[in-house]
Order: sequence, then structure tokens, then C-alpha cells
Amino acid sequence: MSIPLSWYLILAAALFCIGLFGVLSRKNAIAILLGVELMLNAVNINLVAFWRYLDPVQVAGQVFAIIVFAVAAAEVAVGLALIISIYRRRNTVVADEVDLMKW
Amino acid sequence: MTPEQIIFIFCAALILASALMVVTTRKLLHAALWLVAALFGVAMVYAILDAGFMAVVQVVVYIGAIAILFIFAVMLTRKEMRDRGPQLRPGWWLAALLGLLVFAGLTFLLITQPGINRTAAAIPSDVDTIGRLGMALVSPNAFVLPFEVASILLLAALVGAVYVAVSKK
Amino acid sequence: MMFWSDPINFIGAWLHSVFSGWGMSAGPAGTLVAFLGILILIVFALVLDIMLVWVERKVVARFQDRLGPNRIGPFGLIQPFADIIKLIIKEDITPEGADKVVYNIAPVLAATAVILLWAILPIAGTITAVDLNVALLFLVAAGSLGTLAIIMAGWASNNKYALLGAFRMVANMVSYEVPMVVTLLIPAIITGTMSVKGITEFQSGVWLVVLSPLAAVIFTISAIAELGRAPFDLVEAESELTAGFNVEYSGMKFGWFYASELLHSYTFGGFISVLFFGGWQVPFLMADGFHFGSALVALPGIVVTLLQAVSFLVKAMIGYWVIMWVKYSMPRVRIDHMLAFNWKFLTPLSLAVLIVTALMDKLLASTNFYVLGMFLSNVVLAWITIEILRGVGRRQRKAEETALQPAMDAAHH
Repeated sequence: MSIPLSWYLILAAALFCIGLFGVLSRKNAIAILLGVELMLNAVNINLVAFWRYLDPVQVAGQVFAIIVFAVAAAEVAVGLALIISIYRRRNTVVADEVDLMKW
Repeated sequence: MTPEQIIFIFCAALILASALMVVTTRKLLHAALWLVAALFGVAMVYAILDAGFMAVVQVVVYIGAIAILFIFAVMLTRKEMRDRGPQLRPGWWLAALLGLLVFAGLTFLLITQPGINRTAAAIPSDVDTIGRLGMALVSPNAFVLPFEVASILLLAALVGAVYVAVSKK
Repeated sequence: MMFWSDPINFIGAWLHSVFSGWGMSAGPAGTLVAFLGILILIVFALVLDIMLVWVERKVVARFQDRLGPNRIGPFGLIQPFADIIKLIIKEDITPEGADKVVYNIAPVLAATAVILLWAILPIAGTITAVDLNVALLFLVAAGSLGTLAIIMAGWASNNKYALLGAFRMVANMVSYEVPMVVTLLIPAIITGTMSVKGITEFQSGVWLVVLSPLAAVIFTISAIAELGRAPFDLVEAESELTAGFNVEYSGMKFGWFYASELLHSYTFGGFISVLFFGGWQVPFLMADGFHFGSALVALPGIVVTLLQAVSFLVKAMIGYWVIMWVKYSMPRVRIDHMLAFNWKFLTPLSLAVLIVTALMDKLLASTNFYVLGMFLSNVVLAWITIEILRGVGRRQRKAEETALQPAMDAAHH
């Protein structure tokens, strides 16, 4: 394995920042969720890279990453269900227009 | 440049280019499809990292379920088949600046760490990572409790999603 | 190694030495040899696909009591080539308003998802493209790539019927992945490995279909639903939804969808035979010849490999024939019945089979009743299921009769 650890970590940092930009700057609520997915994948790359480079014999790193998979799947399911339900009532998915509770 | 490094650079370029297209493209369905490309690139990175099980589970769970869920949600929440108007909020340049600052900060922190450029030791060939992973997930003095809690979380998400999304007639 | 004992590795090493002789270093030479191997495998799979078109048309004809193509070439063998020429020279229509990039990538992705499966198919003892240790999950992953291709095709056609057909097909495929994954766990539990090479080698003693026939049946049903073949083919039946997601595709793009479906069926026939019917195992054939008791008929390695490869291809063809038999004998199932059948019957049944198999495997592991015990446990479970279904059916009939009773009384008076 000739790839230094820093390459993986910088890749994960870049992916995280692109996801962050997506979350902060997109109007559509589904596009915001896409950004969140990118951030979760960046975190997973980090976890698996650390597992491989620091102690591959112990499986705790992979278990952590698998739990992140499960949590991400659950979050996407509930988030998209909420967005579809909001679309049914308010007929919009633009995040700025869901502002009934704003002061 | 070893072949591994070339393959990694190719995967990294694929991931970052697809991620940029996800957050900037106007058509939402194309954004979901670019997400599929980015997730596939991440699966390739897992394969390079000798985490074969993670790579396959990434394809099955993320691309086979989550990406399809996104595509369905995109198709079900539009009044018309076209996307109109700008897709980025007015203050998007501030978000881009913030993203660049966070990236610069993280990279600076990473590069100044000692030992960050280490290369990986080879996994001893008699270690069966998948077997150990399976044992760790169900063994009482390993990770059976987080495993069960994760399954309860998924059950709660399943029930919640079905309840929220079913329209009451 | 000698050519006669291990042909593929011998050819690989010879090519490697040729490339090194030309001045390439070891790394790129190895990569080039690997790419050539992949190319040969893909060419083999696609040529097989062409022959499958002929097989399909002849078999469907015989099921329907007619002859099938017999004019072009002897027994109609040149028919697939005529089909290909027709499809290539047809006009390539792109509907107006269609998303061109997505529209064109969808058939390519559908074909790619099928060819990817050939990477893990064990054709003979020494011929496997990749010996993955998570091969069973790879099977499910390649299936989900096919699902993506269908939704892309449905959306990009800019046609609401195509979109509806694609929605139904994807709902079908995603739902039937659950019993498929659960029944894929059963060979993994019995053999202790997720790699298809390990599962095939385990079956040199007894085939897995004897140890777990219910799992074989449920896997076959889920595989037929995953493929989108009848009786689950609501989306591509011409009388419903006008051919579903591929209604706007013409010419060779439609040809790719059709050919990839046939190859997918054959590949799943191959997987059914690998997982449950022994794959390339020939009875009494070991790596060095036939072992009849203590007598040994020694055979050179290449003959053994050839026999194993022929055995695999024949078994895969038998699996494919069973899938075709089901397709051309059964009427179509409605979409809500399809999904109800999956969620209310197949998934609980497959989970019950999994629990019973795991329990019996642990209990009987070191006794000599293993084979008999596993087989009997499956028979008992099937009997209990049929009794439950009979009870449910009886109650439904009674409920219908009492509901109709007032109407029948009124008709008598």
C-alpha cells in the first residue's frame, strides 16, 4: 500500500466541504439532503482510512462505519418522507418557503 | 507513481468532480444521478482500502436504496417536469467562501500532524476480516448492543417514514 | 505449471512473459494481461447472449405448439444475426424533450449491470474471473445497478406511461430483493463462506438443494421477480402500459435492453445452479479424475476443467429453461398482488426458513443426521405453510359465502 494516509484525509475533507457548500447554498430541500449525504460519505471515508492505516486487525473502525451506514439510511428515509409530506400540504419543496414558524 | 496511486487519483477525481456537479447542477434529477457516480467512487475507494465488505454494502445500501429513494422523491415533488429559476440561494458565494475556509483549515491541521504521511502496513494474511467483523457484530463483549440499537433505530425510521408519508383519506 | 493442468494461468503467464519480452515492466504487463482476460470473458458472455436469443425463440415456440424460426440457416440458427442486423439498421428515434444523456446511458447501464455479474460466476474449478469473498452481496449490488438503469430509462423517455412502468418495475425489484438477500444467507450459513467458489466446493458432497429445498424455491421466485420476467412482467407486457419503460426505445438501444434481459436470465440460471445445484461439480469428479469408490480414472487437468465448464453451462441452461418454462406457462400477476405476495408471504416465509436453517444447522452440525435433518425440517416448514394457507383460504371462502348469502336468499324468493 503506497498511498499515504494524508491523501485519504484530504479527499474526505474536500468532499465534506463540497457537501457543506451544497447544504448552505441550495434552495430545494432535496438538494440540501444530497449535500448531507456527501458529508456522511466523507466521514465514512475518514473512518475506514483510519481503520486501515492504524489498526486493521481490530474491526472497531469498520463497525463504526457500518453503524454510520445504518444511521444515514434511516435519516434519508425519514427526511424524504417529511419532505414529501410537506410537499403535499404546502405544495412546495423550497426550504425558504416553509416559514410558518418564523417570527 | 505506482498503479495504486494512479487508481486512487482517478477515483478521487471522479468523486470530487461528481460531488461538484451534485451541488451546482440546475436539474435536480441530474444532481441525484451525479450523487450515484460520487457514491460509486466512494465504493471504489473502500475497495482500494481493502474494505471489500464496505464497498459492496455501499453499493447495495447507498446506490441501491438511498439513491433510488432520492430519485423517487425528486420525481414525486415537482409541479412540472422542468426546473425553473436559479437553484442557488442569493448568498451562495458566502457559502463557497465558508467551504473553502473550512477545507483550508482542515488541510492545514492535517498536514502539520506528525506521522500523517504514513503508509499502511499489510494485513496479516491469516486474518479473516469479514469473519472477525461478523463475530464482532454479534458478540456480547464486542458490538452486539450498538448493532441491536441500530436495528431498533431502523425500525423506528421505517414506521415513522410510513406513517408520515401515508396520506390519510 | 503445465498447460494441461491449469490452462488459464498458463496462458496468463505466457502472455506476461511476451509483454515483458517487449520491454514492459511487470506492473503494466500484469494489468494488460488482466484486461485481455476481462475482454475475452465479456466477448464470451455476449456471444452466448446471441445464442440465447435463438434458444429463447425456439423454446417459446415449442411451448406454444409451433415451430419457431426455421427458415434462416439450419434450424433457424442464423436468426439472431438477422435480428441484430435488423435492429442496427432501424431508425434511432429520440423522443422530443427527452433527456439525451440519461436516455442514452440507460441501456448501457442495464447491459453493464448484467456483464458485471459474470465477474463472480465460477465456470470451472480453475476458471473464475474474481474470487470475491463477498460474492453473494456483489450479486445483490449488481442487481441494484440494473434497477437504476430502469428508472433512468423511464424518466428520460419523457412519457408518463414509461415513467409509471418504470416506477412499478423498480418497486417490484426493490421489494423482491428482501427475500432474495434472506435466502442468499442460507447457503452462507450452511457453507460458512460468502464466496461462490467456497459454496461450489462445499457441494462436492451433497447439493445444497437437498439441504434446503425451500430456500432454492424462494430464491428462484425472487430471482424471476428481480429479472422482471413473467409472471412478474407487468411492465413489459405489451397489453399493459404499452411495454413500460422501454416504449420509447427503438433499434439497437431496445436490442440492448432485450439482450441484457436474456443474459440476465441465463446468469441467474447460472447462479441458481451454482448456489443450489452444485455449479461445476460433476458427480464423482475431483481435480485429478473420476473417483469411483477407491478406483481412480486419472484425467489430465484440462479435460477435468472442460468437463466442469460443460457441466456448469449445461446446468445454467437447465436453470434458464426452468425460468422460461415459468414465463410461458403462467398468467401475469397484477402489481398489487405481486407486492402483497412479497411482503405478506415470501418475506415472512424466507425469514422462517432462515431461522429454522440456522437452528437445525447448529443442532445437527456434528451428528450424522445432518442431511436428513435439514431436508426434513424444510419439508415440515413447507407443510406448516401449506396448512396455514389452506386455513386462510377456507376462512376467505366462508366469508365470501356469508357475504353472498343475503343476495342468494333474495334471489330464491
